[in-house]
Amino acid sequence: MNILVVLVPVALFLGLAGLAAFMWSLRAGQFDDAEGAGQRIISDDDVRR
Amino acid sequence: MEETVDFAHWSRRTGAGVAEIDLAIDGIDCAACLDEIEGALRPLKGIERARLNLTSRRLTVAWREAETNPAKFIDELARIGYGAFPFETERAEAAEAAQTKWLLKCLAVAAFSAMNIMLLSVSVWSGEATYMDAPTRDFFHWMSALIALPAAAYAGQPFFRNAMAGLRARSLNMDVPISLGIMLALGMSVYETAHHAEHAYFDSAIMLLLFLLSGRVFDQLMRRKTRAAAANLTALKGERAHRYAPDGSLVVVPVGALRTGDRVLVRPGERIPADARLISGRSEVDESVITGETSRRPVEDGAGLYAGSINFDGALTLEVTAAGQSSLLDEVGRLVEKASEARGAYRRLADRAAKIYAPMVHATAFATLVGWLLYGSTLHDAIITAIAVLIITCPCALALAVPAVQVVASGSLFRAGVYLNSAEALERLAEADWVVFDKSGTLTLPTPGVANAASLPAGLLDTAARLAMASRHPLAAAVARAGMARMPFANAEEVPGAGVKAYVDGVELRLGSAAFCEWSGEAPSLTPGASVLYFRRGEDVCRLEIRQALRSDAVESIAALKAMGLGVSILSGDLPSAVAPVAATLGIDDWKGGMKPADKIAALEALKARGLRVLMVGDGLNDAPALAAAHGSLSPISAVDLAQAQSDAVFLGEKLQPVVEAIRTSRKARVLMRENLGLAIIYNAIAVPLAVMGFVTPLIAAAAMSGSSILVTLNALRGRAVPVDAPSGNNDARPTPASRLAMAGKVCP
Repeated sequence: MNILVVLVPVALFLGLAGLAAFMWSLRAGQFDDAEGAGQRIISDDDVRR
Repeated sequence: MEETVDFAHWSRRTGAGVAEIDLAIDGIDCAACLDEIEGALRPLKGIERARLNLTSRRLTVAWREAETNPAKFIDELARIGYGAFPFETERAEAAEAAQTKWLLKCLAVAAFSAMNIMLLSVSVWSGEATYMDAPTRDFFHWMSALIALPAAAYAGQPFFRNAMAGLRARSLNMDVPISLGIMLALGMSVYETAHHAEHAYFDSAIMLLLFLLSGRVFDQLMRRKTRAAAANLTALKGERAHRYAPDGSLVVVPVGALRTGDRVLVRPGERIPADARLISGRSEVDESVITGETSRRPVEDGAGLYAGSINFDGALTLEVTAAGQSSLLDEVGRLVEKASEARGAYRRLADRAAKIYAPMVHATAFATLVGWLLYGSTLHDAIITAIAVLIITCPCALALAVPAVQVVASGSLFRAGVYLNSAEALERLAEADWVVFDKSGTLTLPTPGVANAASLPAGLLDTAARLAMASRHPLAAAVARAGMARMPFANAEEVPGAGVKAYVDGVELRLGSAAFCEWSGEAPSLTPGASVLYFRRGEDVCRLEIRQALRSDAVESIAALKAMGLGVSILSGDLPSAVAPVAATLGIDDWKGGMKPADKIAALEALKARGLRVLMVGDGLNDAPALAAAHGSLSPISAVDLAQAQSDAVFLGEKLQPVVEAIRTSRKARVLMRENLGLAIIYNAIAVPLAVMGFVTPLIAAAAMSGSSILVTLNALRGRAVPVDAPSGNNDARPTPASRLAMAGKVCP
């Protein structure tokens, strides 16, 4: 069972990476406009009319 | 008229030569607006960035100052059909946004650690059946401790801080037993782990935090949404003033930018922007929003004027005497302060429950400890059992019982056009058993209308309305609003002090005073506060009676309130002779006119002395003390700032229905809150005896806690169901841009 001593911290580290990513996106304002973000996906502003 | 607007007050520098401004956007009704608005601005010269927030309906634009100015892109937005109003983030709103972010961070930490600890805990639980060896179990427990302790220290802050604040104020709030439970559970678990014990409660403590934090985050998001919507409406009201620059030119500035000593010009039909002294000009002012009286007051040089009153006749030059904060009559300010002190003592349902609950829980835990010691168990076992009691009773369901309902109920009120100011507003509205209305601006619409429209020949009012659009006079504006037509006559001509005239199809039309329209009949007898205009078409002359009309659904709403078992009365600052007909129409027997602010408070006290809980609905400065003194209070969105600040909730639109809806929803919410508290008590009645007897393992604690929390939340969600007979709020709640402008007291575009 010694492998657990390695695997559990590795799993934990991966989880922490996810948490850090969330914190970053929160700070970057990605959750400020949930409604608008959903609409921007389908907007075609990269195609010049 | 060409006007220069000074945007400096709203904009901020973000870089060299680049400035940024926030605009509240009116007219967004679909997601496609996002493309349309941003797409329209980006190609404009000098625009750095334009980003629309669809949730808060605000647009942030950054522009290069040398190349363009806000007036240009606001015009462009108006051209494609959106109203853009400069917007200033209030400090309270900014603080709220920071609080939301912080709570979200705490929630993220709690969720992360709950997931990982559960992973370890489930392994330990299943290990009990498959003979996990002791070192592995200890290792899992230590890993759990490593995650749980820092996570609780971070994510528990909102609760620890509230608990400390409560203790410092020498009162027990719900956060005290929560904090205590979490800390004891963690402390005991660490001790047990160190002694290679079988059970540790890390998962219970963190799960408790997770549930409670999600309740708080939802509550906070709802409140933030309400506040943002209310702030947008304030921006839409867009109170501006015409200020004289030092060189004598006129500049439009926001009311917030006025300073004492500034000179401002107020034209007929405009609101007085701040408390001021009249320097030159002569006019009549409508002070109904200040005193409730609908008769106008003539003013001359040197007279003092109050913010919010409407200038009727002549152009006035004023010197601002009190700028900034909503200025008040001394008497009103004093009364408001006194009245709001009394209401500060209100204790919320959840806190009342906590006050009974917390000592009971702690006493039970202590009794368990003593009981087991007397029974002969070791000190260690007795303490473990006592702490298990504390953990299992940790008021997860109890602490969620009230907030979950609040979130759901304030959400459905939001959709019905009622914005709650405070969390306990729901409870206070639900407890009301008597409703006191103000008359002017509350039962009646804040802006005057044509009262005898029904008795006029068909089509005539529309013609009169088109003619009236040529004038800025408030009475003409009332006529203009009454008609359906939206096109003014091109050749209309205003005759100062008399009226408007135009030739249409060879017929002369005139709208104005009796002399101007050559009215030959006798002067009519009028209710106070009403005015008369005459309209002449060729040889026919008719009379238009103009006064503040009742809200369109006032009669039905009052009847609905009575049907709900509420008493209704009117306390108005207006003359009794003006109140009587309104009371008669609405079927309200209990009414009083000519009430000063202090009289209104005395009347409320009299009702209170009869053991009644009064809900006050009012809009004027003169209502503010009564709004603060009443058990609960509501204001229409057109109310003066001070009145809105004293109210538990603000309602939108031109109908009275939201008042009924607010009471109905909050009563329903109260029932749900009580049910939830009942559920929490039943849960405890089952769980506590088990814990006292020492049967509670971490597995049972986890199952019981999440089970009860989910039950309580599901019950709260029942509040979402909209009663079939209630009209869908959306149509009534969202006023058209025109009506919003009308409510804000602006007269003609």
